[in-house]
Amino acid sequence: MCGIVGLFLKDKSLEPDLGHMLTDMLVTMSDRGPDSAGIAVYRGADDGQTKITVQSPNPESDFEGLAQKLGVDVTCIDTHAIISCDQDQAPSVRARIDDMPNLRVMSSGDAIEIYKEVGLPKDVASRFDIPKLQGTHGIGHTRMATESAVTTLGAHPFSTGADQCLVHNGSLSNHNSLRRKLTRQGVRVETENDTEVAAAYLSWKMQEGANLGEALEAGIDDLDGFYTFVVGTKDGFGVLRDPIACKPAVLAETDQYVAFGSEYRALVNLPGIEAARVWEPEPATVYFWEQ
Amino acid sequence: MESLDLKTLELRAINATLQAEGDGSNKSFKITNPLGSHAIAVGLDAPIEVNVHGSTGYYCAGMNKQATVNVLGSVGPGVAENMMSGKVVIEGDASQYAGATAHGGLLVIKGNASSRCGISMQGIDIVVHGNIGHMSAFMAQAGNLVVLGDAGDALGDSLYEAHIFVRGDVKSLGADCVEKEMRMEHLDTLKRLLDEAGAEAEPSEFRRYGSARTLYNFDIDNAGAY
Repeated sequence: MCGIVGLFLKDKSLEPDLGHMLTDMLVTMSDRGPDSAGIAVYRGADDGQTKITVQSPNPESDFEGLAQKLGVDVTCIDTHAIISCDQDQAPSVRARIDDMPNLRVMSSGDAIEIYKEVGLPKDVASRFDIPKLQGTHGIGHTRMATESAVTTLGAHPFSTGADQCLVHNGSLSNHNSLRRKLTRQGVRVETENDTEVAAAYLSWKMQEGANLGEALEAGIDDLDGFYTFVVGTKDGFGVLRDPIACKPAVLAETDQYVAFGSEYRALVNLPGIEAARVWEPEPATVYFWEQ
Repeated sequence: MESLDLKTLELRAINATLQAEGDGSNKSFKITNPLGSHAIAVGLDAPIEVNVHGSTGYYCAGMNKQATVNVLGSVGPGVAENMMSGKVVIEGDASQYAGATAHGGLLVIKGNASSRCGISMQGIDIVVHGNIGHMSAFMAQAGNLVVLGDAGDALGDSLYEAHIFVRGDVKSLGADCVEKEMRMEHLDTLKRLLDEAGAEAEPSEFRRYGSARTLYNFDIDNAGAY
């Protein structure tokens, strides 16, 4: 099992409430995944800044003096730090972060921030003050581990490309062969986790020129196993289920938002849900929305 | 009608109230604020009526005996799973494996049902006003599945003796499922089920599907496949 929630806002007036709504949805999915939880939030896409989210098991020592060392803004929150810099500085800042072995990069891009840790979803959300986050769209995951250990790096979302992230309910059966294939293409996969391979696969497809919808279509042929995926990009939000479609999924759409929940009860507190179009996404069918 | 609110009462307390009704009871209950909760109105064993005002999660009206359960909304996976008797009516859509393994009673879904509708059904009658998803009636043993709309891939795969009636298109038939002749007794059964389900359709508009019975016995020509 695992729980997935997602919210893609069409109405800007809801943006200040994104974190609050996503947290409520995430906590409702606790019994689908009490091991660990994570959330990706997209905000500030047009402010000219690149954000790199890093994590450390020893934030006091590892984050101390980090801003001076890198010469950029650093906002620390619990085990995570958001490093912001001008877009043209980003490659050199990233190279220096990659040389710091204690820091793990969670995500990087113009809009994305990822927060994930081991623990109950309500505790993870409160450690990172997720309810206060505003943004345009976000994806959350509650994990019940199957394919790799219960660790921070094994938690979802996985981000393998700028402003991209993926969460997964299910298990992939061809992730080892696909990991080797991606490695031969020069794609780096950090963990033993099956979901990271799917994320890396989609990033690779998009790097080769596919848009999110095309990358997901290709995934139907190349990814084997059980999956319900929810994917985020800088301005997009996608959903894909495998052809057998055992893993649950509910979508809801109104004039104000598109919402995803592993179960309908994750959506019941959203504004106007009573009048929303609510449906179960079809198997092997790509759904995606762009701003 | 006794009203039970899931915002103020625990699910277990509500189910215990419903389950406490005995054979002679004909009481009516109203459940409000289901909010997608699982296992609402399960294990009932009395001819009571339960009206659920909203959408539910997994296993609504599971293991039902005698009771009539009406859901004024949609239901999650496994509605009326293993129902023995009684009637369950869903005004909206149903998620996967609706009516799975059920032995008796009538399940009416006024919207669409998704994948694996009637999987391993063992005597239940299911009437779906809309469409059904893939792998429906997989290994279905007895009972009737009536679909006014279309059916997805692999309908009736590895079917035993259940009857399947579809008015719309069938995307594909599963292994050992074939179209069969519609005889007078089938038209009579269909008419009765359509009437009971409040469905406006003519029995003559349907096609019947059933088992070719080629998987029932070991066939030496298939030895290479084992």
